[in-house]
Amino acid sequence: MSAATAVVIAGDPLLSGEVDLATIGIVLLKVLVTFVLLLVATMLMVWFERKLVSDMQNRIGPNRAGPFGILQTLADGIKLFFKENLMPERAERRVYALAPFLSFVPAFLLFAIIPIGGNFADGGDGTVTIFGKETYLQLADPPIGILFVLAMSSIAVYGVMLAGWSSGSKYPLLGSVRASAQMVSYEAAMGLSAMAVVLVTGTLSTHNMVVEQAGPGLWGILPNWAILTTLAVPFVIFVIAGTAELNRPPFDLVEAEQELVAGFNTEYSSIRFALFFLAEFMNTVTMSAIFVTLFLGGPAGPAPWGPAWVWSIGWFFVKLVCFLFMFVWFRATLPRLRYDQLMHLGWKVLIPASLGWLLMLGAIRLTLDNDWNPALVGTIGLVLFLVFWALLRGANASAAARRELDEELTV
Amino acid sequence: MGVQIVVFAVCAIVALLGALGVVFARNPVHSALGLVATLFAIAVLFVNQNAQFLGVVQVIVYTGAIVVLILFVIMLLGVDTDEDLDTEPLLGQRWAAVIVALLLIGGIAGIFFVEGRGEAVTGQVAALAPIVPGIPSTDAQGNPTTAAGVDTFVRALPAEQQQAIGEQNITQIGEHLFTDYVFAFMITAALLTIAVIGAVLMARRPKRYEPMPELEDTSYEDVDELSTTGEVTG
Repeated sequence: MSAATAVVIAGDPLLSGEVDLATIGIVLLKVLVTFVLLLVATMLMVWFERKLVSDMQNRIGPNRAGPFGILQTLADGIKLFFKENLMPERAERRVYALAPFLSFVPAFLLFAIIPIGGNFADGGDGTVTIFGKETYLQLADPPIGILFVLAMSSIAVYGVMLAGWSSGSKYPLLGSVRASAQMVSYEAAMGLSAMAVVLVTGTLSTHNMVVEQAGPGLWGILPNWAILTTLAVPFVIFVIAGTAELNRPPFDLVEAEQELVAGFNTEYSSIRFALFFLAEFMNTVTMSAIFVTLFLGGPAGPAPWGPAWVWSIGWFFVKLVCFLFMFVWFRATLPRLRYDQLMHLGWKVLIPASLGWLLMLGAIRLTLDNDWNPALVGTIGLVLFLVFWALLRGANASAAARRELDEELTV
Repeated sequence: MGVQIVVFAVCAIVALLGALGVVFARNPVHSALGLVATLFAIAVLFVNQNAQFLGVVQVIVYTGAIVVLILFVIMLLGVDTDEDLDTEPLLGQRWAAVIVALLLIGGIAGIFFVEGRGEAVTGQVAALAPIVPGIPSTDAQGNPTTAAGVDTFVRALPAEQQQAIGEQNITQIGEHLFTDYVFAFMITAALLTIAVIGAVLMARRPKRYEPMPELEDTSYEDVDELSTTGEVTG
């Protein structure tokens, strides 16, 4: 280990002591397990989605490869692997080859900061002991935690964007222009609603967020999950923004097949297409895991008997599957948004709402910390809000009136 | 020291190659990609210096927003063709660029040689002092504590305290930003807002524009229609 890296301190107690063979072994093991877990989960997610959508549409869905068609993804993967890897004549060769990896690598890295399990029951701090070493059941716990998610999702934009541009064809280009605008727009709302959780839990690290949410909450019955402590609105905004960030229905304008053939990946085939496909489903799994970590207390949960870490992994996957189900349900139910509706929702509804909610949570926090009179603060806050809202509405109305007048004069 | 030096070397090479790519690539999109490589390498360098927050903000803001916008404009305007370098757009601009570049290099070199390199190390001690009590500012020989000295000191601390230092990194930035430098922070925010409003104002086509001179081209109607519908929605 190098000189100043000791000051870095990932929160993981494994890395704060001396580095020996066991430490390296545990880290390698964790890398391997995370990698395999994500791949298997992604494979199952593809199958789960196809099966569930077909159930919802009164079809049977994949049922040939393996029991209940569970090996369908594997069969598709093998098929894609043996197909011809086409490169369009007008493609920008190097960028075209690079783009799938720019999608794929961030999808992998993102899962590294998800806490999968740990002893969180009864005030535990989430450490488990492997080979006599205390560690977290999580590959990495950087102090910047949740900001890493935002950074990786902003890198992922490049994959989609460059794929469309480098294909040298107009439908992919249109798809990628849409994608970049959409992903950049919704990142702001996503970041702001994640900040609400940071405000409530007081930490950026994903592990500490889970620790903060682990204890009993209101009245000793409800869990101390951030979905309750942030009063639900940031959760709703984060789920909407996260769905848009994934380019999943109802926000799949990037690959709207009625308009853009297959969107940004139209010209891709074989293993390069498989990488895009995998990255998309991997991101779905990871995004669900981030929902769980941020708002539903991650792997924290009661452990009636037996080792708590086994229970925690169980809780984590139960919560995860709920969100995966939600994504599939969205896809089967909701029609796609129009482009102007998408931008309207992102900029004029979600961003102001999440910003306002963040301010409100801050005010509540300040009131409680300083023992101010809650009724008084609430009244003043409400009055101020109404005054500014009325001013804004007035300004909008007068601007609209002037615009109409202008139009009458010129036309 | 090993790992840090290797990381530095790799990132420095990537950053420099990316910077050269920005300047020499003929295709604007390739230039933008070179810029991405440079910015990302610098983000890794930040992390290498324990400034994780700066590193990640660098990625979110520069790589994730600004260069994406640049690429967006390049794609939307369709200027992604090779540039003609034979004609000089502004007369004498190239010579002026050379002179400015030399001045800049001279300035940086001047700071490096005049100020002395010990400052950075003492700066590090000063930054850590409020969080970690008891860091000696000089070693046994009376020299300023080196980075390695600080590191030895921190590594000897108990694990919880080491963890606290990692978390403090962000807390410190937040505290400074909202107390000591709150004025600069607010002014920057106001500046950016004004810039956005100004850009919107300039981009808005005035209502009573001079009609374009009659063209033989029939696509004129389409252009007109586009501009008016653009105005209503925008």
